[in-house]
Amino acid sequence: MTAGLAWASAAEIAAAVASRATTALAVTEAALARIAGRNGVLNAFTDVTAARARATAASVDTAIAAGRPPGPLAGVPFAVKNLFDIKGLPTRAGSAINRARPPATRDAVLVERMEAAGAVLLGGLNMGEYAYDFTGENVHDGASRNPHDTARMSGGSSGGSGSAVAGGLVPIALGSDTNGSIRVPSALCGLFGLKPTYGRLPRSRSFPFVGSLDHLGPLARTVADLALSYDAMQGYDAADAACADRPAEPVSGRIGDGIAGLRIARAGGYFRTGLMEEADAAVSHVAAALGVTREVEIPEAARARAAAFVITTTEGAALHLDRLRRQPGDFDPAVRDRLLAGAMLPAPLVQRAQQFRRWYRDAALRLFDGVDAILAPSTPCPAPLLGQQTFTLGGVELPVRPNLGIFTQPISFIGLPVAAVPVSNGKLPLGVQVIAAPWREDVALRIAAHLEASGACVAPRPEGA
Amino acid sequence: MTEVELDAFIDAAVAVLGLPIAPEWRAAVRGNLALSLRMAALVGAFELPDEAEPAPVFTP
Repeated sequence: MTAGLAWASAAEIAAAVASRATTALAVTEAALARIAGRNGVLNAFTDVTAARARATAASVDTAIAAGRPPGPLAGVPFAVKNLFDIKGLPTRAGSAINRARPPATRDAVLVERMEAAGAVLLGGLNMGEYAYDFTGENVHDGASRNPHDTARMSGGSSGGSGSAVAGGLVPIALGSDTNGSIRVPSALCGLFGLKPTYGRLPRSRSFPFVGSLDHLGPLARTVADLALSYDAMQGYDAADAACADRPAEPVSGRIGDGIAGLRIARAGGYFRTGLMEEADAAVSHVAAALGVTREVEIPEAARARAAAFVITTTEGAALHLDRLRRQPGDFDPAVRDRLLAGAMLPAPLVQRAQQFRRWYRDAALRLFDGVDAILAPSTPCPAPLLGQQTFTLGGVELPVRPNLGIFTQPISFIGLPVAAVPVSNGKLPLGVQVIAAPWREDVALRIAAHLEASGACVAPRPEGA
Repeated sequence: MTEVELDAFIDAAVAVLGLPIAPEWRAAVRGNLALSLRMAALVGAFELPDEAEPAPVFTP
């Protein structure tokens, strides 16, 4: 079993461990060996918690030997963006500054829940500083690299998460998504990603960026693995003030229900302009696979993106204000200069963005009276080259860093759940957002599973993985 | 706003907020501020009724 583990799904690994075809410890050792062999190139991991992983795996094997149920993720290796608390490590959140923090005394709640389901944490993953990033580059740790072309961006800010899963180091990684940071690396690295409804998964004991917009979720190579990990992580936690007090709604048993009866449309207007031809073609490919011919317009999407931009830069600045005063020279300059500008934005402009947010939410919810899901591109282009500063979209030269997320920002702005699905044309992967109404992750994942089963959307395996 | 006006605003904001800005950072900060103000102006140009509540609602 261990020889084929690099591209095995979490579901396959858990079944093999539970049936004693292999052991959690053997799976862990194989993953550690892959990390040792490939991380020098990919730079996905910033911390490898090998001793902890071996101890966790041994406890899974002990449980199985004793006849205790090992959990639906028995022996499945996973890793987390380094803004999740990992007991014993300072939570760096991609920064140099946070390395002076005391080590976390307890794991993030989602790490605890993954391990309670039998999964084995292997370490922390590279990310853009303080999550203010769409590129996967990091001035302190170096860029995480795209496994499909290591000269290219992994996408950010959960770049290490995308790189680790697409590179075959782990089958599941957790990331965060404030404006697109799960969906952008999922697209550029050719993965499935789930950004659940805002408030669905608790963020307790993770380092924040913009509390109004922060979400956590998984990246994986199969829809079943997204569902398994999502189900393991659901449930209220009072330590996150934004976490919704609603019961878990497991989806694993329902993703194979098909798409009969679902009304699906493609987003027009804003979402069909200012993107490269292959990104539009990726949405057309998914629409054709689903038999979608209808187009809907999400009203005022450009303004929604602008409002998300304003809330992000100002809330982010408020979070970091004391650090900007005390140690501005220790930031990534690209992050610092945006936060400094954000700190200066007058309060009424921010309040208007929050008022607009409610109007826009109501307008978007009315759309869902007539459709169950909407398709939109994840990014305007495939992975840019590392270090690339600008690209041309719709005939206009624009900076890469803020514009990779132009299609994800208007969606996370109002917390809609999205399953990001990969599209591979034999060159660089792209991604499509399958967007559902609030709390209907099941709809987005059913559509994603249908696309995967039909062969229309499959995570491409890069050379060397 | 002109570059001079933006610089005057930055000078005032830096003093009020106690933010140290090295001279070599100013151009990037000015550029980001101009972009943020354009984004805010786009949002502000959308007419909303006086009764429009902001999205976050406090629950006691």
